[in-house]
Amino acid sequence: MRLVGTAILMMALWLLMSGIYKPLIIGFGVISVVITLWITRRMDRTDNDAVELNLGLFKSISYFGWLMVEIVKANWAVIKIILSPKMAINQHMFHIDHTQKTDVGQVIFANSITLTPGTIAVETETGGFLIHAVSYSSDDLDALADMDARVTKIEAANDV
Amino acid sequence: MSILVEVLSWVFLIGGSVCVIIGSIGTTRFPDFWSRLHAASITDSAGMILLILGMCLQAGFTLITVKLIIIGIFLFITGPTTTHAVANAAWVSGLRPDKNTSFKEPTTKTGKSSNQKPNKN
Amino acid sequence: MMFEVTALALFVAMVMALFRLFAGPSVYDRVMAVNMFGTHTVLFIGIYGFLTERPDFLDIALLYALINFVGTIAILKFFRYRAIGDISQMPKETSEDEVGS
Repeated sequence: MRLVGTAILMMALWLLMSGIYKPLIIGFGVISVVITLWITRRMDRTDNDAVELNLGLFKSISYFGWLMVEIVKANWAVIKIILSPKMAINQHMFHIDHTQKTDVGQVIFANSITLTPGTIAVETETGGFLIHAVSYSSDDLDALADMDARVTKIEAANDV
Repeated sequence: MSILVEVLSWVFLIGGSVCVIIGSIGTTRFPDFWSRLHAASITDSAGMILLILGMCLQAGFTLITVKLIIIGIFLFITGPTTTHAVANAAWVSGLRPDKNTSFKEPTTKTGKSSNQKPNKN
Repeated sequence: MMFEVTALALFVAMVMALFRLFAGPSVYDRVMAVNMFGTHTVLFIGIYGFLTERPDFLDIALLYALINFVGTIAILKFFRYRAIGDISQMPKETSEDEVGS
């Protein structure tokens, strides 16, 4: 079942990327998909480390809309620091906890932290992230806790 | 309708250009490595998204737009991953922020990162 | 008209990234500058495709994005472990030796 889904996804990617719909080119695509599936199955036998992608679709989309707004706000803050004559830098490093259980949720949380300028996830140890902030204020902890709760919510959406 | 799309893509492209230039100014102005990373991530997030959106509006509903969106999604995922990889490598090798930028040593939880000696610069 | 302006802005940004590449005191400054230069290049190739009205350049831009990511990760891995191969099969002291120095 997984293999059929992978095959459909890769064939759609080939058709979208090539844009030429002649029988020879589509035949090349089919051969490529078959070879890739064979290699994937072969790697699966030695590795056997499947990534489970259990995220709620609509909640993910609303989360990324919220993330865009956050990116715009954080960008504006860092741009103001860069363009001000005396750069008001107040660097700080601190630990925060994360409440996601799966690896995918933690990756989404850490990437969201790094994607908003002003905060970078430096070290991802077990049980917490080490964050570097360029202009630290005590509001940052609340904002990151809010983001943490939102990521956990889209992760927990698969129970429905 | 088409004049609206034209104006909107103008706004996106010019905004993206300004963000890219500001990010580069930040990397030349900021005093140390850790603050430069934040300036570089402006280019990765805002500049990239705005420029890709502007090009999408200019291309219309074609296969070119699909390719642009694929490039955008790829850069959206790999940009922060690369930034994190650079930051983590610098942290592990012992590079610390300058003392004169009011940096406070982190409150370590595991004690693993505190026993590495700081670098000279 | 607008693509010329954007291409010029990207060019100026690339020159500034090159300045950081030459001036950066540590090796991580340089890796960061190379990665930023690569992102600028991907966007520049896309803009150039629109400028010359040959959107086939976008394939090259996608390929450049892939190579940029893999290359940056490979450089970082090399400077951390002094090897690009399989880390788990390496002798223990050579992989732990360089970390923290």
